[in-house]
Amino acid sequence: MSGMPGANALCWVRAQPDKIDEAKLANDPIHQFQISKILPLEAMGLDISFTNSSLFMVATVGVSAAFLIMTTSGRGLIPSRLQSISEMCYEFVADLLRSSAGSEGMKFFPLVFSLFVFILMANLFGMFPYFFTVTSHIVVTAALALLVIGLVLVYGFWKNGLGFLKLFVPSGVPAVLIPLIVAIEVMSFISRPISLSVRLFANVLAGHITLKVFAGFIPMLSKIGFVGVVGAILPLGFTVALTALEFLVAFLQAYVFAILTCMYLNDAIHPSH
Amino acid sequence: MASTNTEVGTAGDHGGSGSFPPFDASTFSSQLLWLAITFGLFYFLMSKIALPRISSILETRSGRIAQDLDEANRLKTESDEAIAAYEQDLADAKARAHGIAQEARDASRAELDAKRAAIEADMTAKVAEAEERIAGIKAKAMGEVSGIAEDTAVALVDQLISAKVTKADIKTAVSGAKG
Repeated sequence: MSGMPGANALCWVRAQPDKIDEAKLANDPIHQFQISKILPLEAMGLDISFTNSSLFMVATVGVSAAFLIMTTSGRGLIPSRLQSISEMCYEFVADLLRSSAGSEGMKFFPLVFSLFVFILMANLFGMFPYFFTVTSHIVVTAALALLVIGLVLVYGFWKNGLGFLKLFVPSGVPAVLIPLIVAIEVMSFISRPISLSVRLFANVLAGHITLKVFAGFIPMLSKIGFVGVVGAILPLGFTVALTALEFLVAFLQAYVFAILTCMYLNDAIHPSH
Repeated sequence: MASTNTEVGTAGDHGGSGSFPPFDASTFSSQLLWLAITFGLFYFLMSKIALPRISSILETRSGRIAQDLDEANRLKTESDEAIAAYEQDLADAKARAHGIAQEARDASRAELDAKRAAIEADMTAKVAEAEERIAGIKAKAMGEVSGIAEDTAVALVDQLISAKVTKADIKTAVSGAKG
């Protein structure tokens, strides 16, 4: 959801007056994903600038950590409202992990909890108008997905040795079918980081684009006149409904990412299925 | 308006390169680095501070709840015992009261019986004495009857026939009549 469509469009007209379709530009739904440098930095030939994306990563982490740490500082036996929110988060993720990976999986609890809260807060931050959505960039979601799959691989081989390869050979399969099944299992394993990262990225991206497009219809139609203003009620309703849906998606994608992480970790802990 | 300027600048770049921002590889290094820094910091804060703290809060609470339940159970057992003891005492007291009442009843009945027996004995004695006296009086009266009859007979004979009869004759006649 990029800022100030009117002013933005005006500048564009001044900058490139000849090839501008004003209406289209005012509603450019991609612009909200643009990364802009706040503090340009460079090290070893790599661009490591502090950008709007970095700013929202810091905000996500800062707000989440401050909330979780400050609300629990009272260590109340009877929790305050805010403390019980932190406790609910804890128990929600703990139950999720325990039910899919067993009590052995609890050693990964800090990671799963951090992933869930980080993604959830990043998604929710993105719901504010003019705010940047950290998870709308595939490099971020891919990095998180690779962290999970990398951990599954390293821990799986470290704990089970070559027994981890049993993951690819389901028991009770006829010998003839084994090569085929193994090929399918390996492919499904390889596709995991891809599906894990693309699912989150695509959901957030598509949701924000749709929201922007529908919201863009409202000023566009309103310019036409009375009929347009009446007609703009429909996209306005859609925008409201989509906003609610996007809040659901923001939570749901964090949940899906966390529960899939739990299931993949379960594979690393108990490879034979 | 600074943000507008940046937006224009980046939008211009965007227009020029025509790449879709999420696939713009030039921003990857910065995003990855800052993700690593922020997420790493977050993981550290969670695993070292927040999660152990929440975990200890929850453990303390569940421990406290278990302790309170134990305490409640203990108190319940205690009160059950007290109720049982009270009922036992009540039953004992009732039995004792019953015994005391029975004893009192028995004692009073025995006393009554004794008194009645004493009175009866007294009465019997008195009756016997009275009977004895009556018998004495009767015998005495009977003894005097002969004398009176003789006197009466003498007087009668004297009045009727003016004959003097001896006492001995009268006596014989009276005792013959008395037969």
